[in-house]
Amino acid sequence: MTLPLFDPPRDPGPSFTGLLRHAGLVPPVPTADVSDRLPLAHGTTVLAVRYADGVVMAGDRRATSGNLISHRGIEKVFPADRHSGVAIAGAAGPALEMVKLFQLQLEHYEKVEGQALSLDGKANQLGQMLRNHLPAAMQGLAVVPLFAGYDVRRDQGRLFQYDVTGGRYEEQDFATTGSGSLHAGQVVKLGWRGEMSEGDAIELAIHSLEQAADADSATGGPDLIRGIYPIVATITADGFTRLDDDDIEARFRALLDRLTADQA
Amino acid sequence: MTTPFYVAPEQMMKDRADYARKGIARGRSLVALSYDEGLLLVAENPSNTLRKVSEIYDRIAFGGVGRYNEFDQLRIAGVRHADLKGYSYSRDDVDAQSLANQYAQILGQTFTHEMKPFEVEILVAEIGTEASEDQMFHIRFDGTVNDERDHTVLGGEAEAISERLGNAFEPAMSLAAALRAAVDALAGPDRSLDAGELEVARLSRGGERRSFERIEGDDLSALLG
Repeated sequence: MTLPLFDPPRDPGPSFTGLLRHAGLVPPVPTADVSDRLPLAHGTTVLAVRYADGVVMAGDRRATSGNLISHRGIEKVFPADRHSGVAIAGAAGPALEMVKLFQLQLEHYEKVEGQALSLDGKANQLGQMLRNHLPAAMQGLAVVPLFAGYDVRRDQGRLFQYDVTGGRYEEQDFATTGSGSLHAGQVVKLGWRGEMSEGDAIELAIHSLEQAADADSATGGPDLIRGIYPIVATITADGFTRLDDDDIEARFRALLDRLTADQA
Repeated sequence: MTTPFYVAPEQMMKDRADYARKGIARGRSLVALSYDEGLLLVAENPSNTLRKVSEIYDRIAFGGVGRYNEFDQLRIAGVRHADLKGYSYSRDDVDAQSLANQYAQILGQTFTHEMKPFEVEILVAEIGTEASEDQMFHIRFDGTVNDERDHTVLGGEAEAISERLGNAFEPAMSLAAALRAAVDALAGPDRSLDAGELEVARLSRGGERRSFERIEGDDLSALLG
């Protein structure tokens, strides 16, 4: 791999995706509907909830292809950089690739320019990546992410929803996407209050994922046998922090106990 | 048609080397040294925005002296090289040695074939999982690469600074002691440098994935004591 030096007019600037185009590393767009012909893994339910100190992001661990479970431990919630996170639903392969590129795009910009992008700038970047992905989405490879972060310039948590065309919609309180998003969203909507504490926001996220798993076959609940639990992360002024599996397990077990007691 | 004057190759190389050395000597120097938790890079730089020390990758830092636009162009090329390599293969496959070789190729090529050589000296530093695996590559304007241990100096007064730094250096110094040794070596016996004239950064072991960290403002003043 040689040193990528450019003449000023051809210089891709701080854009990593621009650099990839120069290096000829952009994948071809499929010319026919891929999902009709081949089994593809799809990621399902993810959500983001704003609370007093920032944002909680959470996602289940299941990937399905058709009516089959293809992966039980897939991860769909990722740090985008120090103060933001991205969660994905849709065709798992392109979605994970998009996350990897998005993370690199933010880090590359920060290193080349010497300072991080604003939160709006990051949200726009993800929108542009989705818009560029539209031709592939039309061939059955749709990706629908959520983006959330702590805006260090405004001192508050913010969250963004997208559609496959790259449309970027900032939400005030919470956002959900994926097959179980309707059920998860209803639970969050009923339980959401302004200025929630971190603990309450995490409980709400866990409860909504449990209810989504209860109603949507493509959403995975807590897997007590294998010890696989949904991923929950908080994003605050201190940065992106993924909760320990032990912590999440304890919260799920307590929730299941409560739900069991309600049945009696 | 006019016949070009004959210039002996020795003379041509010497002229170019003198030219590059003069350009580099106009700027301030930079030192890098190991301390108990990693590598410390200290540059004399009154500017708060035109950086001499920067992050390349998770465990790799860059230092440059001489003409700013030239070493900054090389820095950005290094970031691109590292990010492309990490994207194509894996983050673990990005290493300082391959980057140092790339820099040496470009500097050597330009020195021999172009009208004007680069007026820069650059440093590619990488920390390993243990101190014995730390690497510092010092690359000069003609593409000469040196693999340095413990400490290195880039810039015009390298010899004098290097001698002072060598006298003060001890293995596994604390961060404050290493910084003091570096600043005293840069300043020399007749001057003193305060926080506003220094650019300080470190690569530290055992922390987050991105081990590069700038030491600025109150943190730097406190360390300088």
